[in-house]
Amino acid sequence: MNPYASVTQLRSGLDNGDFSAEELAHCYLDRIDAAKDLNCFITVDAEGVLDAAKRADKAIANKRIGPLTGIPIAHKDLFCTRGLLTSCASRMLNNFVAPYDATVVDRLKRAGAITIGKTNMDEFAMGSSNETSFYGPVKNPWDRECVPGGSSGGSAAAVAAGLAAACTGSDTGGSIRQPASFCGVTGLKPTYGRVSRYGMIAFASSLDQGGPLARSASDAGTLLNAMEGYDPNDSTSAIADATDISSSSRALKIGIPTQYWSDLSPSLTKVLEEARRTLESLGHQAVSLELPHTNAATAVYYVIAGAEASTNLSRYDGIRYGHRAAAPENLEDLYQFSRSEGFGSEVKRRILTGTYALSVGYYDAYYLKAQQIRRLIRQDFLDAFGEADVILTPVSPSTAFKREALIEDPISMYQQDIYTTPASLAGLPALSLPCGVSDEMPVGMQFIGPHFGESSLLTLGREYQDETDWHALHPADNHD
Amino acid sequence: MDQQTIDKLLSLSKLSLLPDDREKLLRDLSSIIGLVDFMQSIDTEGVAPLAHPLEVTQRLRPDEPDTSFDQEHYQAIAPQIRDGLYLVPRVVK
Repeated sequence: MNPYASVTQLRSGLDNGDFSAEELAHCYLDRIDAAKDLNCFITVDAEGVLDAAKRADKAIANKRIGPLTGIPIAHKDLFCTRGLLTSCASRMLNNFVAPYDATVVDRLKRAGAITIGKTNMDEFAMGSSNETSFYGPVKNPWDRECVPGGSSGGSAAAVAAGLAAACTGSDTGGSIRQPASFCGVTGLKPTYGRVSRYGMIAFASSLDQGGPLARSASDAGTLLNAMEGYDPNDSTSAIADATDISSSSRALKIGIPTQYWSDLSPSLTKVLEEARRTLESLGHQAVSLELPHTNAATAVYYVIAGAEASTNLSRYDGIRYGHRAAAPENLEDLYQFSRSEGFGSEVKRRILTGTYALSVGYYDAYYLKAQQIRRLIRQDFLDAFGEADVILTPVSPSTAFKREALIEDPISMYQQDIYTTPASLAGLPALSLPCGVSDEMPVGMQFIGPHFGESSLLTLGREYQDETDWHALHPADNHD
Repeated sequence: MDQQTIDKLLSLSKLSLLPDDREKLLRDLSSIIGLVDFMQSIDTEGVAPLAHPLEVTQRLRPDEPDTSFDQEHYQAIAPQIRDGLYLVPRVVK
């Protein structure tokens, strides 16, 4: 059994009786156990996944087969899973067993997927290196000295190391795309509103969006189809047609924004240029374009995300659920001690930044100003999509960096998100997919599309992956 | 950014810090504010703020009775409850 097989290959293997869902679940459970040092998982649900696999085998025998029946996947540990720990990688939720399933979890279950566990992440999804988790850092399976990216680092590393067929993640400013790039897997941030946020623990509600991390654009599309769709339980859920994941390719104009390519290192430029040439050889046309407000995106993002986080995280009070400080003398102490003990330093930093941006005297200069520039950034993209069908950019200024290289320097860490935050602010879909290697570490590229343009991104991704095999590379097993 | 502002922010956020962490926080917040001050160089005269990326207003569901949450199930995760009530330190002496 090949643990690096695509969802399509696993589907036919299960349906043809080449292996059972139970055997497949055992295969991944054994690999998770052997790769414990990567620290990809916060919770492994061995009993639950084997029970579900037995039910899946019966369903397959009775020809009641959904698109993901018997396929083991893992959820980022911010999706609520009924009866299973949902910690958000925080001490604050170290004891939080969710009383209900997130819509994403529910829909994937209905499509037949079975949950093998919950993946490690940056605390409350705040980080670009998976070093802020209460449960310790995740290691990059390509080089265990390096970070897997963040915040969906456990999900990306788990897919890369063949520990699950695919994973869910969430992306607020790049948290699916950057770890996908660092780990050599394919990750999709859908259009804001396409995937329900119900039961996905909130960080920045006008930016948060769930999505898949998978081995290919084709697999990402299969997962997206299962996850997406209008949900009355999410007041920002969009009413939109399901993504067409089998549309045929057509010649596209691919926008190359000057602002994203000009400061790129020579080694990454070489890889990205090669990817551009491959796309041109497939009949697409590259056109230069401008996205003039790109360089303000990081600043705007950290104001808006911080402001929304400070509001969202005010719910953690030590009273209704989550960490509660021992023996507080009064209500004020209960709040303050529970929150101070429960949150890690990066979360506190973001809450305080957001509180500053929202406080009297600074609101206009920071929060309102950020929202105004957010409109300019969005307008840049709307103008650009008058000239191009898809925009091609790097995902990150570098390949995976060493652990502890940036953790003490929040500004350098925040600058890692420079190529991913603009699409988040504009609510656009963006696909991160492997396009080469630099110093033996994976390099990703990003396709950004117009609102609800996932179909074009996935079709272009499929076409590129039919032509190249960067997505099929995987790290060598390094089990002790 | 100064210690007085840090005190105010901590109080608003219901957070506290150890003395060593305060110094680092002051440095970090100062540099983060330096980063976001780049925004002031952008001309936004007459630009309306954008709160929702698709400029959609939030929908309301019809106001119809639905099954309610099961109190016992939801309170099972509460740190301290008694008789269906959440317990907090005494507020009224």
